[in-house]
Amino acid sequence: MIRDITIGQYYPKDSVIHKLDPRTKLVGTLAYIISLFLFNNFLGYIVVTLFLVGVIKASQVPFRFIIKGLKAIIMLLMITVLFNLFLTKGTPLVEFWIFTITKEGLRISLFMAIRLIYLIIGSSMMTLTTTPNQLTDGLESLLGPLKKIKVPVHEIAMMMSIALRFIPILLEETDKIMKAQIARGADFESGNLVKKAKSLVPLLVPLFISAFRRANDLAMAMEARCYSGGEGRTKMKPLLYQVNDYRAYAIFVLYFAAIIAMEIVL
Amino acid sequence: MGIIKSKNLVFEYIRRDEEGNVEAINRAVNEVNIEIKQGDFVAILGHNGSGKSTLAKHMNAILQPTEGDIWIDGKDTKDIDQLWEIRKTAGMVFQNPDNQIIGTVVEEDVGFGPENIGIPTPQIWERVEKGLKAVNMLSFRKHSPNKLSGGQKQRVAIAGIVAMQPKCIVLDEPTAMLDPNGRKEVIDTITRLNKEEGVTVILITHYMEEVIGADKVYVMDQGSVVMEGTPKEIFSRVDELKQYRLDVPQVTLLAEELKESGVSLSDGILTIDELVNEICQLY
Ligand SMILES: Nc1ncnc2c1ncn2[C@@H]1O[C@H](COP(=O)(O)OP(=O)(O)O)[C@@H](O)[C@H]1O
Ligand SMILES: [Mg+2]
Repeated sequence: MIRDITIGQYYPKDSVIHKLDPRTKLVGTLAYIISLFLFNNFLGYIVVTLFLVGVIKASQVPFRFIIKGLKAIIMLLMITVLFNLFLTKGTPLVEFWIFTITKEGLRISLFMAIRLIYLIIGSSMMTLTTTPNQLTDGLESLLGPLKKIKVPVHEIAMMMSIALRFIPILLEETDKIMKAQIARGADFESGNLVKKAKSLVPLLVPLFISAFRRANDLAMAMEARCYSGGEGRTKMKPLLYQVNDYRAYAIFVLYFAAIIAMEIVL
Repeated sequence: MGIIKSKNLVFEYIRRDEEGNVEAINRAVNEVNIEIKQGDFVAILGHNGSGKSTLAKHMNAILQPTEGDIWIDGKDTKDIDQLWEIRKTAGMVFQNPDNQIIGTVVEEDVGFGPENIGIPTPQIWERVEKGLKAVNMLSFRKHSPNKLSGGQKQRVAIAGIVAMQPKCIVLDEPTAMLDPNGRKEVIDTITRLNKEEGVTVILITHYMEEVIGADKVYVMDQGSVVMEGTPKEIFSRVDELKQYRLDVPQVTLLAEELKESGVSLSDGILTIDELVNEICQLY
């Protein structure tokens, strides 16, 4: 189940999109997400679809892989669609028992679903083409100005990248502990919710103890390697905009302008 | 003065109750005097809980002495202003390979130390390349540390220290969590660093086989240094070693048994080759 989530996963390739600066991709993704909620006409969907397909093609990430990421949000998608479908008032289309489906409801739920799917695909395009480290570097740099108002930007970025490094390790460890407890007769499957929650205790306690020990070790190892916060630190891979990043920004501006222009004109 | 020198070094772990009253005192390092020469390969042996890690943490100024002093390259670790200089001089490799790798890509992890000490970007790349070459891991530079074997992870950790160009490397049981292959990889790597690059190595271990090539061996027990000398001198005192709950290498034990039953062999035989040579000369 956990392994099905492709959101936040990196798909190694050497494409144009992969090589873009993480800041470009972060800003671009944000602009793209905003743009999804700016239009309300049919042509808009065509423009967004074209844009998205273009980005996917350029990224060389297989379409199948991207679709897999949608599995994780299927529940959310269903709920949104059902709510919109049955609870929107308007001209009735179909009526049965206590439910009515209206023309407006159908339209809204359909477009809502498309927007949600596009939102997930769009943001996973960013994570699929950017390593977690680049992503945190990009965030750190973009949020840099917040340092002036005492937001610990560097520390937050460091925390994120350490979390990303340890997620697979802790997953593996959870698996190991689970097997060890099952071997001793623990039962994680059967019983009602309360019983299931209780059965997690022998899993979580050792996991937490080990996580704290790791945290302690890691802090010591970082200190031993002269880590003392962001002050006076240089970067092995400093972020530098390339020609392609300026091109990408130009494309984003054009795309954004097109969406807004269409909304005004139509 | 040697690169590391301690005088009557004492460290106590103090446990306090909620009101801050002292509940228990555990003297983990007790009146330790050591002196380590620049360029030497020094091994510290000892049973679990004998205070090896506590002593090691003093060499990197992670812990400060309760009493006594320790100098790293002439700098007193109690001097807060010298803290970063001391940590640049003495790098430290820990036992658990997973818990000391910070980067999500091998080369980024090796670059972490140089980044911290403010090395300019082009030099960081040079140092990373040199560091990875020194541990034979250059071809793995783009890999994720999670996919490496224990021995490889430990070599990456060593590369991360080498990239900071320390004069001395302290390794606290770097092989304890590794299989025999990984153990050999790591020991070969640090031996090479010591011989070819002239880095002072302080290897903490409880595998006796790993200290055979050392220039000097310290044995610790209950916080004190109880034996010191060359491996030959140390291993000729088999009974004493057993008393400190250390496992003597098989060959040495065999030689000892043979000697007891009347074969005239010299003291402290450490390797199979040595034993074979001596026996061949007898007949
Ligand atoms: N963080 C700590 N707090 C309290 N006691 C500790 C701590 N770390 C180690 N000790 C104690 O100090 C003694 C020496 O431990 P250590 O230096 O880890 O030995 P070694 O590395 O040789 O196994 C042991 O008795 C141990 O229980
Ligand atoms: Mg220890």
